[in-house]
Amino acid sequence: MTSHNALSPFIPIIPCSKPSAPVKMADRQVSLAEKRLMDVKLNQLGAWLGGRDFTPNGILSAIRRGHDRYYNKYINVKKGGIGGVAMLLVGYVAISYLWEYDHIKHDRWRKYH
Amino acid sequence: MTLSFFDQFMSPTYLGIPLIALALSLPWILYPKPTTRWLNNRLITLQGWFINRFTQQIFQPLSLGGHKWAALLASLMLFLITLNMLGLLPYTFTPTTQLSLNMAFAVPLWLATVIIGMRNQPTHALGHLLPEGTPAPLIPVLIIIETISLFIRPLALGVRLTANLTAGHLLIQLIATAAFVLLPLMPTVAILTAVLLFLLTLLEIAVAMIQAYVFVLLLSLYLQENV
Repeated sequence: MTSHNALSPFIPIIPCSKPSAPVKMADRQVSLAEKRLMDVKLNQLGAWLGGRDFTPNGILSAIRRGHDRYYNKYINVKKGGIGGVAMLLVGYVAISYLWEYDHIKHDRWRKYH
Repeated sequence: MTLSFFDQFMSPTYLGIPLIALALSLPWILYPKPTTRWLNNRLITLQGWFINRFTQQIFQPLSLGGHKWAALLASLMLFLITLNMLGLLPYTFTPTTQLSLNMAFAVPLWLATVIIGMRNQPTHALGHLLPEGTPAPLIPVLIIIETISLFIRPLALGVRLTANLTAGHLLIQLIATAAFVLLPLMPTVAILTAVLLFLLTLLEIAVAMIQAYVFVLLLSLYLQENV
């Protein structure tokens, strides 16, 4: 253990000159492919899509991340109500309707009009 | 081409994926994994309470060897009850109306109970084929009858679940159609039919839960005999 290691916590942080625009924590630099969709500029959309991971593993991890976001926002809260599960069920009904639309559109009240 | 009443039991495909795939994977989403916290969120607490009560109830009469089946039977119960209840939502597809699915549940599990009984205690398992106290002349007939009843069990398990759910869904569709068609013609009768439909929906909710419970209960009974 050298003295260099022992002294490193005590080196004072020398303040540098302030940058022209204030840099917040939320503005830290991420590469384009990792940005969230809402943070991508419109002209960067093609490059963003090209950089995303569309392998099965990538798709599964995206589904997992989406599920975790939904779960932590609506269900895993201190006083979660019926809304979290109800939104899921209504979404399921909507998707079922979409799935069956080609079949349901043939429904008629009378056989001959 | 009008839709027949049986079209609700066909699994429609969209982009080549049948709806049954979505319907079968939905219960997985509805039961999240409990976190490592001491107090979980309300959904997980409710589910945990239900699973505990159910498992205690079912496994109380079983000896210790049958307790190995706790995870399997509890998850089977959750799966069935969720599938049945989700099928009552509009436009959804109920996988348990398909006989193939119910037989796929019933036959392997029943066969497992029989094989466990035959391997571990064959005399005791075969002894179930003859109830106590039968008069001597009746013994041959009764053994044949009990064997037939043993082999009918998986068929009965599967068909019971299928028939109950299918009949319930068909009735709901029939009575709803009747209420709609009668509304411009005889409004009073239509209102009575609507009340009947409401009561029937309540019955269907109960049937959905009861059928799942009966399925698992009978399996635990078969296990009890054999373990």
